[in-house]
Amino acid sequence: MTGLLLAEFTTTEKWVVNSFWGVIAAVMVYAALRVVTTKNVVHAALWLVVVLAGVAVQFLFLGAEFVAVTQILVYIGAVIVLFLFGVMLTRASMGDDETVADEKRAMASVVGILLFAVMALALVDSFDDTEITADEPQSVATVSDSIFSQYIVPFEAVSVLLLAALIGAIVVARQD
Amino acid sequence: MLLNQFLLLAAVLFCIGVYGVLVRKNGMLVLMSIELILNAVNINLVAFGTLTDDVGGAVFALFTIAVAAAEVGIGLAIVLLMYRNRRSIDLSEADLLKG
Repeated sequence: MTGLLLAEFTTTEKWVVNSFWGVIAAVMVYAALRVVTTKNVVHAALWLVVVLAGVAVQFLFLGAEFVAVTQILVYIGAVIVLFLFGVMLTRASMGDDETVADEKRAMASVVGILLFAVMALALVDSFDDTEITADEPQSVATVSDSIFSQYIVPFEAVSVLLLAALIGAIVVARQD
Repeated sequence: MLLNQFLLLAAVLFCIGVYGVLVRKNGMLVLMSIELILNAVNINLVAFGTLTDDVGGAVFALFTIAVAAAEVGIGLAIVLLMYRNRRSIDLSEADLLKG
């Protein structure tokens, strides 16, 4: 499916692809801003879904279709449900009881904007006009071959980490 | 497409996430902001993987997704425990270790 999409991209006009990308990026940034500004916790989780779906589309643009599918399955499928369960179990926080001092908000904005300025300067300086081409998607076979040969040790480490996190979450949240 | 458009978008998401972590008092919302940061990192990993035509970027993005799932699990367990003990998940009230 991504192969078709990418082939379509290479034949369509460049500005069409770029404006399509720009619309998605704008939606993602707006949704991310809503995640950090909305007062309702459930709304924040739903805006987060928009951001995560946008990230999945970015992965498709970059030709990493397996990562995009995993993003949808794990993040939108599992993590968001976990968040909604968390909101449900801590229902005291449903309301908009967020009273953050304006001063703190201003300082945080300054930190965010300065951080972005530094990163943007460094990025524009380093990769000024570097073109990126994703003519054909990475096949799932390549990814899995790589995981189970070259990256087998990190893979095992991640599985042990997941097991430890599972046991840890049970131990921490258990009622007794 | 330019490499920089992906990297700059990731930088914007990262900074919004940092702002959220700094400003939010609700534990759940801080965890959501951390998710934004992790996703920005994933975009960078995949973009550089595509740039160098190396599958390693995608593989490490997958690892990051797994680690993020573990992080959310533990984080929510901690928030839940905090709610059970103090009937509130306001992080500014959690100052037992404050000197």
